[in-house]
Parts: sequence; C-alpha cells; structure tokens
Amino acid sequence: MLSVSQASLAFGGIKALDDVSFTAAPGEITAIIGPNGAGKTSLFNIISGFYRPQQGQILFDKQNITRMRADKRAELGIARTFQNIALFRGMSVLENIKLGGHTRLSTGFWASGFFYGGARREEARLRAEIERDVIDFLELDHIRKAPVAALPYGLQKRVELGRALAMQPQVLLLDEPVAGMNREETEDMARFILDIQARWGTTILLVEHDMGMVMDISNQVVVLNFGRQIAKGTPDQVQANPAVIEAYLGTSDRSKTDAGEVTA
Amino acid sequence: MITGHFKTDYSADEGIWSNWPKRWGLVAALVGLAIFPFVASNYALLLAGQIGIFIVAVVGLNVLIGYTGLMSLGHGAFFAVGAYTTVAIHHEWPLTFPLITLVISTVVAAAFGVLFGLPSLRVKGLYLAVATLSANFIILFLIEQEWLAEWTGGISGTETPNAVFFGVELVSQQAKYFFIMPVMVLMLLFAQNLFRTRFGRALIAIRDKDYSAEILGIALFSYKLKSFAISAAYCGAAGSLWAYFFPAILPEDFGLNMSITLVVCLVAGGMGRTLGPIFGTILILLVPELLKIVAASITGGDATAQTWVSPTRDILFGLMIIGFLIFEPMGLVNIWDRFWRFMSRWPFAK
Repeated sequence: MLSVSQASLAFGGIKALDDVSFTAAPGEITAIIGPNGAGKTSLFNIISGFYRPQQGQILFDKQNITRMRADKRAELGIARTFQNIALFRGMSVLENIKLGGHTRLSTGFWASGFFYGGARREEARLRAEIERDVIDFLELDHIRKAPVAALPYGLQKRVELGRALAMQPQVLLLDEPVAGMNREETEDMARFILDIQARWGTTILLVEHDMGMVMDISNQVVVLNFGRQIAKGTPDQVQANPAVIEAYLGTSDRSKTDAGEVTA
Repeated sequence: MITGHFKTDYSADEGIWSNWPKRWGLVAALVGLAIFPFVASNYALLLAGQIGIFIVAVVGLNVLIGYTGLMSLGHGAFFAVGAYTTVAIHHEWPLTFPLITLVISTVVAAAFGVLFGLPSLRVKGLYLAVATLSANFIILFLIEQEWLAEWTGGISGTETPNAVFFGVELVSQQAKYFFIMPVMVLMLLFAQNLFRTRFGRALIAIRDKDYSAEILGIALFSYKLKSFAISAAYCGAAGSLWAYFFPAILPEDFGLNMSITLVVCLVAGGMGRTLGPIFGTILILLVPELLKIVAASITGGDATAQTWVSPTRDILFGLMIIGFLIFEPMGLVNIWDRFWRFMSRWPFAK
C-alpha cells in the first residue's frame, strides 16, 4: 500500500533519516518506534509531504509521490494526526470533523455562495455520513457542538482522529495517539484503532512510545535509532532483537566486559 | 425565550435561521430597510447609502482578514479600481446597463486583488500588511497618470454617471437607495452562505492552522489567492456603487485613508462574524455624524465656538475607538451575543 524505500533526509549536517526502507502492508498496522529524536516524526513528515527526502522514494499504491504537494497526497487518501494536537481551536467538534470531508466534496466557490441546490444537498449528505461513520463510531455524540479548545486532552486526540477518519483515508498516520493518556483512555484509543482497521481495512502507521500498546496491536514494527532503521519485523521478532534492546536499554558495563572476555 | 433545541433532522440543525427570533428579526430588518427611504430625510438617505456601500466593502475585507486570517491595508485601492472602472466604462459606452458595469468592475477589482495578494504566499501578519500597503500608492499613482486621465480624470477627479435602468435615471437619493440596498443584501447573503459550506470552511481552516488545513487537502496557494480575489471583488462592487452614488470622485477619496477606515469598521464590529461588518460600519460612520449634530446644537452655529468644537469631536471619536479596543476587543457583535445569551434564559434566570 505504502512503501518507503531508501529514504534519507538531512538538515544541514544532521541526518534525520538515513536509508530507511519499509512497506506498510494493506490493512495492517505498522508501528514505528525508537528513542526520542530517532526520526519517527521526520519519517511521517516525508510521507505526508511537509519535507522532501534528499534521497529515496515514497510509493503510494505503486505511484511515486516523493515530490507531491501535501494537499495532493491528502486527495489520494493519506490522512494523519499530529503529536501535539493540530485541531482548529476556534471551531466546534463538528466543524473540525466536517473539514476532514474537504477532499471528498465538490462544492466550489459559486455553489457555496448560492447554497440552495447542490451545496445544500452535499452538506446534508456529509453531515449524515459524519454522524454515522465518525461521531457515532468514536462516541463523540455528547460533544459535537462543543468548541474543541474546551475539551480535555484525551477527547481532543479523539476528535483529531475523527477528523482524519472523515477523509475516509486509505492510509492513516497516527503520531503518538496515546501520549500522555491514562490507562483507560489508552485502552479506548487502542480499541478505536483496531475497530478502524477491522471496519474499513485502513492501512495504519503508528508512532508511539507506549510499548505495551505497540506490541499488542501492531502487525509489523519498524525500529529507528538516530535516523537509521535498526530492526524490522513482527512484535516478537523485534522484542528479541539485540540491537533494539541496546538502543532502548543501553549496554551495561558488565555486558561489555562479558562480551570482551568472550572475544578475547 | 428559547429554551432548547428540538430538531428532528440534520438539515434543520444546519439551518441559519434556526429559531423564531432570528427568522422574525430578519423579516423585520428587511421590512425596515424597505420602508426607510419613504420616511427618512435626504440627509439620512445619504448616510444610509454611504453605510450600505461601506458594508459591502467591509464584508469583503472580512473574508480576507476575519475568515482567512490574512492582513491587508490596501483594500481602499480596490475600492478605487471599482469606482474608476465604472466611470471608464460609462465614458466609453455611456448607456451600459448598470448591473453589467457592476459585474465588470467587480471582476477587474478581483484581478487586482489577485495581483496584490501574491505576496501572501510567502509572508504573513505585519509583513503582509506592509506589502499590501503598496496597493494604495501604486493604484492611485496609475489613476493620476496623464495618459489615463481621459478615463479617470487624473489628479483633479471626474464627474460620475448616474445609473440608468430601462430608461429610468437614478437621480434622487431615494432611487439610488433602491439600487444599493438589494445589492448589499444579496452580497451579504452570498458571504454568509460561503462560510457554512466547503469553500468558506477551507478559508477558516487556513486562518486557524494552515499546516493542518494542508494535511486535509486544502491547497493553500490557490485558496489564499481566491480569498484575496473575493475580498477585492467586494470592494470593487462597493467602488462601483460609490461611483453611481456620488456626483464626482477624486483620487484622494480612496487610498490609505479609506483602507484604514475599512479595517477600523471591521475591527470595531467584530472580525470573522457575519454581523460584525454591519455593526462596525454603522458605528464608525454614524458616530461622527451624531457628534456633529451634538456639536452644532452646543455652539448654535457660532463660528468662534466651531474652531474648538470640531477638533474636540475628532478627539472624542478617537477615544471611543481606543475604548472599544480595550473593553470590547471582540467587537460590537460580542455585545449582541451577550444580549441574546441573556435573552435565551430570561425570564427564568439572569
């Protein structure tokens, strides 16, 4: 569905991404993990179109989208959420989610201004669809008219997921969907993500620090460290990988000496 | 008064005339607008016409500043483009139907809007304000050129045509009022509709968080330019009406002074709201006139008293604007909202 091949991105002398390659299989959940500053969000940014990688390619459905503008990628069906919530703070929950429908509507300037006719029909259809597929699905009924700025953090994250869902995306990029959430909220979010996968067969890419959740719900895990891809595989394979353990836990002095003794 | 929402389908929930005070308020406003010219004096009609024209321009500016979040201090120039295009069209073809002239003036102003909106793709905020400032000087400079003077009248200004509808020339204030007000109402309605559907929502999204809008598939480049085009078009339409309304125009009627007045009207009324431009324009254009009347009644036409009363009037007006920004930064429309919030609970609670 979506594949990144040999992508490299550098800011001046700093290599944010160095030769990263993986394929997100259709309908599966691919998690991207790594310590802070490993390049996870940079990877999301080259996929959604905010940065262009200096080398390598991004293929969406066999189409090369490496140099495509961000809004064009959205039209193709790539949706994302942000690590630090990027909702439209002045608007209500409903208005935010309606904006997710932008690429799927066709009302232009004149039809919008004259309203009665096509625009009105289309708005009514969008509203019904959003109520069914997003608001009801994500259990947002009670807050649909509330201004998003007044909502607690966990709900804001859910609204942002709803906005992305309103795009009816083929690929959904979730940047730390449960960061800062308590156990209950995390479980809710994990359930929603699995429901989305089951109901629409959406291909999901996930950046997350909550290892419990990552290992529970992902089909594939990609591990980055200092921009380099150090491991790739199923959750079990990755957990057993020594390079991953080293990146996360570091090597203790003793294990180094042990290793030294063996080689000597 | 309104104790809850009892809607049974989504279309009703999306409606803008959703309850009876709003519906009857609209009817009352339209009836009031229609009756006004039969009861008002010529002086009141002159003010009303001027306010109507300004409302059109401020609504346009609201599209850009209030809804798209892009600053402009150059819209007085697009106003001038509209007015001078109308004059030029009637100079070449004196019998052009006024609505056709109005449309052409609007389109020409929109084209200038796109041109001066190009910097918005790179710069924001104060930098954009400074960039748009140039429109005032460049466009007025062009209007004052010798080689265009045949159409524009150059630096000394020009007389303007009257609108002629099917052989009826609109000469009296009353007749002109009936040309201006329907145009104003329709253009208000158009803007109102724009911001409850896809196109307008995209502009608001750009204002609130541009990168988030981009990720939802909104092409920033084209929407920003369209916003400039629409707002300049509204100012162009206002300019065209202005040319039909006043017997003559001068280059200095427009330009920086008018650009700033338009922004002041918008800020005083409330940005990003439908009623904001209406309230703001009425306040800003009416208060100086009221102060004039008060001043005249104090001095009783005494010439020596006039010399100190008229500057006092300007100072009062300035103080009022400052007071507004401090105590009601969201504009007059915020007072209106508070009033209706109170009324919705009255008489059950305060």
